Amino acid sequence: MSKKITNTKTDKELIIEILLRLADDRLIHGHRLSEWTGHGPELEEDLALANVALDMIGHAAALYRYAAVIEGNPDEDYYAYFRDDIDFKNVAMVELPKGDFAYTITRQFLFSVYSYFLYEKLIETVENEQFNGMLQKHFKEIKYHLRHSREWVLRLGDGTKESHERIQNAFDEIWMYTGELFSMDETEHTAIEKNLFVDVSELKAPWLEFVKETLEEATLSLPDDDQYMFTGSRQGRHTEHLGHLLAQMQFLRRSYPDADWK
Amino acid sequence: MDTKEKSDVFQKRIDNGEKIEPKDWMPERYRKQLIRMMSQHAHSEIVGMLPEGNWITRAPSLKRKMVLLAKVQDEAGHGLYLYSATETLGVKRKDLVEDYLYGKAKYSSIFNYPTLTYADICVIGWLVDGAAIVNQTMLAKSSYGPYARANLRICKEESFHKKQGYEMLAKMAGGTPEQQKMAQDAVNRWWWPTLMMFGPPDEESPNSAELITWAVKTKTNDELRQSFVDRTVMEARKIGVTLPDPDLKYNEETGHWEYGEIPWDEFWRVIKGDGPMNRERLKARRKAYEEGAWVREAAMEYARKKKYREGKAS
Amino acid sequence: MKTNQEWPLWEVFYQPGNGKPFEHAGSVHAPDAEMALQNARDTYARRNEGIAIWVVPSDQITASTPEDVGPFFDPANDKAYRHPQFYSVPRAVKKRK
Repeated sequence: MSKKITNTKTDKELIIEILLRLADDRLIHGHRLSEWTGHGPELEEDLALANVALDMIGHAAALYRYAAVIEGNPDEDYYAYFRDDIDFKNVAMVELPKGDFAYTITRQFLFSVYSYFLYEKLIETVENEQFNGMLQKHFKEIKYHLRHSREWVLRLGDGTKESHERIQNAFDEIWMYTGELFSMDETEHTAIEKNLFVDVSELKAPWLEFVKETLEEATLSLPDDDQYMFTGSRQGRHTEHLGHLLAQMQFLRRSYPDADWK
Repeated sequence: MDTKEKSDVFQKRIDNGEKIEPKDWMPERYRKQLIRMMSQHAHSEIVGMLPEGNWITRAPSLKRKMVLLAKVQDEAGHGLYLYSATETLGVKRKDLVEDYLYGKAKYSSIFNYPTLTYADICVIGWLVDGAAIVNQTMLAKSSYGPYARANLRICKEESFHKKQGYEMLAKMAGGTPEQQKMAQDAVNRWWWPTLMMFGPPDEESPNSAELITWAVKTKTNDELRQSFVDRTVMEARKIGVTLPDPDLKYNEETGHWEYGEIPWDEFWRVIKGDGPMNRERLKARRKAYEEGAWVREAAMEYARKKKYREGKAS
Repeated sequence: MKTNQEWPLWEVFYQPGNGKPFEHAGSVHAPDAEMALQNARDTYARRNEGIAIWVVPSDQITASTPEDVGPFFDPANDKAYRHPQFYSVPRAVKKRK
């Protein structure tokens, strides 16, 4: 790493920033998955999608809760309900509308492969015991999310002509949002020095290798990596979709912020 | 043994409190009634996901979001247990599902009402699940083994459904003026439709007597309704919401709460498909089913290809 | 729009704890064994009910019929010597259990 460090965040600010990045990814993704409840392609899959959504929202809540303790906020809800879109740190991929089942599975697969390698590395790196404990607990469920989505990529890719086309389109459409999974900013560089984060740019190679192998097995082609890549979400520059998602998620809580909703 | 003798043996087993299992001999009408009743129960769980699912993305705290999501997911699970139990009678789930989506099969009238505020979610937990528990506790003793076991499992899982609703409604009823208004409004809208969930009055319930003789049910619609009302009046008082029935009064002699006239015209209309949300609910379920067709086919095709490849390789 | 096929049915068995025998839980529909396993997990082990799961295609199960009840199970009823209650044990030994 030759990048000059100019970050002036305190240790406390740094760990909160890292916790929120992980948590926001999971809350927003979980929210999108929860939209399937009652509308899945088969009853068994309704249960499966809701399970993954519950895991992800649960992971987010645990990470927020820890951030709230460190920062002295009342609870986890502060982060979910009282921040605006420019304060959310999630990658854009997870905020895109749910699309059809192929789109949902593709996003879940790409994100789960990323989460798998990220958590594996984080567990080796993070020295903070409480943080590491959460990561280990969540890692087990991430493995299952990866298995579930990978199996579906195989089935849709190597299923019928229609399913093949749908999921190939989904990979082609979502690919431009994969770039920022592996981009590093100053916060992350500083966090690495404090053993709070890992160099995500190093995750790109194993991620791509895994995705490539799965796509080959699924008779799908890897999208062109040399294309426009969306960036900026980690700094709060999102797609237009996040604002609508938050408007829906936050409206009741924000309309009556003094009421007890727990 | 001829059919008459078999029927007598069958009835004797029922009267002895024995469970009937899938491969046992049973009167054709018993089988038909079970299929009708069990699949109707299953469809209700599935359609029931929609009104509550309407609030998952807007639940006002992360805790409530997870509780609601887990609850609606449980309903999918309960639908699945019930279909699974019905399939032991030699029918296909696909046929049962298509019968309510495109045919004549019914589901509970209660799910044809809209969820307008978050308080509706709490009231559904308290009243609708409360009513369902009364019913399912009875069905857990049903004479048909698979149905009894499915209901037992459902009852175990469902106890939190009512509790979470009642707990949150209590908070709202004792909360800010806006919360109180939402809470009372929701109670007003859901009270009568909930009482209708137990089905028509005994004198107009064509299937009841037969189902009781066969111990599929052990109590009549009116008996179940009464035990629900008795329990609910006390619960309403405790949290300070008013049940919208001016005729509600306690009868010292019987020890029961007497309630006013249930709007049965509305019930019959909704059951026949002519309620506020029937069209929308069916449309949403049909859409999910039809848009899922290519997914179900793709998975079957993949399984077929894989089997073929494995066969070739060995 | 009706569809003409459905995913096959699988019977689900789960092991409630280490060393415990497997119990029948119910069934799921799934296109193949891997998906049956995942669906069984999501349906019947949402509350940590089991630590291991078996799935078996429903049409591969052979069950005894009610007509078998007599010949299969009655003969055992008069074989009291197969049951531990058949034997008496000195009182002192009983107490030590």
